[in-house]
Amino acid sequence: MRNIYADNSATTKISPEVLEKMMPYLTEVYGNPSSLYSVGGKAKEALETARENIAKNLGAKSANEIFFTSGGSESDNWAVKGVAHALKASGKKHIVTSKFEHHAILHTCAALEKEGFEVTYLDVYENGLVRVEDVENAIREDTALVTIMYANNEIGTIQPISEIGAVCKKKGVLFHTDAVQATGYVKINVAEQNIDLLSMTAHKIHGPKGCGLLYIRRGVKIQNLIDGGAQERNRRAGTENVAGIVGLDVALQIAIDTMEQRNAKLTKMRDRLIDGLLKIERSRINGDRIHRLPGNVNMCFEGIEGESLLLRLDLKGVQASSGSACTSGSLDPSHVLLAIGLPHEIAHGSLRLSFSDENTEEDIDYILEIVPEIVSYLRSMSPLWEDIKKKEAQEVMK
Amino acid sequence: MAYSEKVMDHFANPRNVGEIENADGIGEVGNSKCGDIMKMYIKVENSVITDVKFKTFGCGAAIATSSMATEMIKGKSINDALKLTNKAVMEALDGLPPVKVHCSVLAEQAIKAAISDYYKKQGIDPEPIVGVIPECDHCH
Repeated sequence: MRNIYADNSATTKISPEVLEKMMPYLTEVYGNPSSLYSVGGKAKEALETARENIAKNLGAKSANEIFFTSGGSESDNWAVKGVAHALKASGKKHIVTSKFEHHAILHTCAALEKEGFEVTYLDVYENGLVRVEDVENAIREDTALVTIMYANNEIGTIQPISEIGAVCKKKGVLFHTDAVQATGYVKINVAEQNIDLLSMTAHKIHGPKGCGLLYIRRGVKIQNLIDGGAQERNRRAGTENVAGIVGLDVALQIAIDTMEQRNAKLTKMRDRLIDGLLKIERSRINGDRIHRLPGNVNMCFEGIEGESLLLRLDLKGVQASSGSACTSGSLDPSHVLLAIGLPHEIAHGSLRLSFSDENTEEDIDYILEIVPEIVSYLRSMSPLWEDIKKKEAQEVMK
Repeated sequence: MAYSEKVMDHFANPRNVGEIENADGIGEVGNSKCGDIMKMYIKVENSVITDVKFKTFGCGAAIATSSMATEMIKGKSINDALKLTNKAVMEALDGLPPVKVHCSVLAEQAIKAAISDYYKKQGIDPEPIVGVIPECDHCH
């Protein structure tokens, strides 16, 4: 049986090149970067080389603006809570975000609301895009931070980040973006795009899990995340994940170097798959088709439920998800699909396929072969589909 | 969250899928907002359920519990079918993840709803026999 991994937005397979570059830092160069002797010194050197290279690749002015973390959720928490708490004393108690952010942002905002902060959750409309004028209108005298994700993790829509950055700069408000899903698929330049804080993680770009970063522009007031040793310029103490950081650097470098041809290949595959799946009656593509990550397909099929679709796909060797992996333990339909205006019963029937460079046109052929069969089988046993068809027939009679 | 082999078997090869024409009782429970709807059809002769079919919109557990529940009441008397509990369905499937327990509750209710409908069609008030089937309350 074929085995197709189509859940690269959840995580990716580590690339052999990344692993190879990481290996020495898990074996012979095991020293603590804070130690004085040579094996520590070598680790420190690797750490700082990675920091400098990453800073250059993100368009940061200085390597001192890169702070390594355990990944996207930590970076998001730090950015939002750290800035909110730091600016509270100056009377800033308002945050602007969107309704379809990752839960690492939404739940962080909810926690701040309990502390007395006010949060504006912007609409994302049917196309899954935040409107720049909405951001501008939402900014108040007491706004501490605007946080809008670069690309959505479920429907892959790419937000107008440069425009939002420009508005925030004009209004004198700090701007954070969660670029976890966008990394490696869009050109990022924090200085040019007026991004003050940016979250990133390695494992979505064929790097290791448990390693990410927060870019913090020099001069941004932010609370320390972990008090302790002097690591990460006193702001996030703890012995550094040297191998992980080396892996993050290599993964990002490869992602940037291969971006153009990869995006071209993935976009072609994605569009063929979307066009093919749209031939299924009462199906829909969720989110804008143009401003979209090249590897993201998110569809709804009326009359069927997402989990049973996923399980049947898995029985046929295709690993996909119905929303984000982070919410699969929950019974509620995707907050992202509800935010773009889908009714509950349709939001329950979503399928996210996310591809990487490892996927092939043959994978798309196979998926196009089995999804219509599975949808049609599940519909044949769905009382909801029966009702939909009955209503359709009544409409025709009228 | 992982399903038992039995759940996966009943999900991958559900028993008794379909409809019964001129069914003696039809019960539908759940709603599309929650993401689960079960519809059960029964054929009754001399107070025995001679045939049962189902249609389900829902997750893997919803389909598997529907399938197992129909297997458990097929050929049984109405009285025995009314004794079927969601716990028995769960046990027969070697358990369900905690978030999916409500699916087995729906399966029990779907059977009761079909039997209620059968009694109504016979001109008998089902409530003293079957009881009141509560509205789905696991999601709000």
